[in-house]
Amino acid sequence: MSIRGAAYIAGIYEHPGRDLPDLTVWEIHIDVARGALADAGLGMEDVDALFCDGTAGFGVLTLADYFNINPTYVDSTETGGSSYLAHVGHAAAAIAAGKCNVALVTLAGKPKSGWQGPSFTPGPESAFEQVWGMMGAPHSYALAAQRHMYEFGTTSAQLAEIKVAASIHAQYNPNAFLQKVVTVDEVLNSPMVADPLHRLDCCVVTDGGGALVIVSPEIAKKLGKTNAKILGHGEAVKHTNNGRIDLTHTGAVWSGPKAFAEAGVNVKDINYASIYDSFTITVLQTIEDLGFCEKGKGGAFVADGGLVAPFGKLPFNTDGGGLCNNHPSNRGGITKVIEAVRQLRGEAHPAVQVPNPQIALAHGTGGSLGSRHGSVTLILGQEDA
Amino acid sequence: MSTLPNPAPTVTQANAAFWAATAEGRFQLQRCNECDTVLWFPRRHCPSCWTENVSTFDASGKGVIYSFTVIRKGAMAYKESGPFVVAYVELAEGPRVMTNIVDCDVETVTVGMPVEVVFHDTGQGNALYRFRPSSK
Repeated sequence: MSIRGAAYIAGIYEHPGRDLPDLTVWEIHIDVARGALADAGLGMEDVDALFCDGTAGFGVLTLADYFNINPTYVDSTETGGSSYLAHVGHAAAAIAAGKCNVALVTLAGKPKSGWQGPSFTPGPESAFEQVWGMMGAPHSYALAAQRHMYEFGTTSAQLAEIKVAASIHAQYNPNAFLQKVVTVDEVLNSPMVADPLHRLDCCVVTDGGGALVIVSPEIAKKLGKTNAKILGHGEAVKHTNNGRIDLTHTGAVWSGPKAFAEAGVNVKDINYASIYDSFTITVLQTIEDLGFCEKGKGGAFVADGGLVAPFGKLPFNTDGGGLCNNHPSNRGGITKVIEAVRQLRGEAHPAVQVPNPQIALAHGTGGSLGSRHGSVTLILGQEDA
Repeated sequence: MSTLPNPAPTVTQANAAFWAATAEGRFQLQRCNECDTVLWFPRRHCPSCWTENVSTFDASGKGVIYSFTVIRKGAMAYKESGPFVVAYVELAEGPRVMTNIVDCDVETVTVGMPVEVVFHDTGQGNALYRFRPSSK
């Protein structure tokens, strides 16, 4: 069974706020849920499947209770910031299997104005990783960046090009947290956080959230609007492999081929890509691993505006991405899907809208490149794609 | 050269033997008696063939830096440390282990640098295994 064409993303909503001290996480969840349902032309009463990550209280139990809905299909897959792309794939499979017809995915969090995020039970590895002063994602991703530079000669200036491209896009997004266009030099001159990653190699920290509504083909047809057809999905977990961690590849080497095969397309068919951008190195490794360029050549690929919309080699993250626009709850997966759908609908900002895109890709990387992460690739397209 | 804190690890049933050995200045590894795989991190079963037939041995304490970062500003226990190095060291026996690189200027650390283990007492009945540059 394939999910190709079995479901559509009919509703999207990104919370416009980036600093939300006066809202609870639960209020953000319901605001984005209602926003995405309204966008689809549906209501809360239509939802029969509920998806959320592992940070939302007791997951689907908490949210179903708060929303006061009675879903008959639920899924709290937790792969960090890539969770929501996994949810889309799982929702499509569930719809294809006849388990549900209207799936709601929500994300909300407040890392900026007051962290109400998860506290996971320490894993069996924690005693061997938590005593060295590794306190945050930048430290861990820096290990991956350093090794990539060593093996392939990637430079800080090349990584900086990724931030520059994101900032060029973000200037057109009135909700973006950072709207100023930056230069390579400005990235290189920003404070070093964890060598070789500078402050501007990192994503923003914002409150907020987003939601998606995935529906069956029958419902998509009734809604009578431009919906994004789900063409393919792949997911993978990449981990430390019994102490043989490989820092230069991501799980995209596994999730990408699965998604492309299911969709029946290849990299040349992709007109727009949302690439998870927790850090500049995340983008660089991902575009290599998805096959947009040869392994180790990502630095050359992103140079000279390779990622700049609408006419770069691979127009990416036209909302400004996690690097400039929004990284709600320290998780950028849902906004990756949202911007890919905007592109397919022709609803991106005119300055960055890709002309008549047929097929878009969205990729999530959750967890850490420096230890273990979940990779999820989605391929979406127009009705006749 | 920064002076690092020595936070005690969370000792559990599964890793108690490993940490107890560090108090005696020994870095122990496990090897699978069925498939010869060297394990990391310590655990009851072999992650290659999933049998429980594993034994413990004293490692050489030698390795090379696989990757590293200089953390410019630490937090919590490391708040006052100044710039310090976190690395993956590839041990001579194969596993890549997360650790700190010590006893050198942080600006001189490179990928591929040969290192050897040193132990820093936590005062809690065990010691942190860190690595310093070595002559090979």
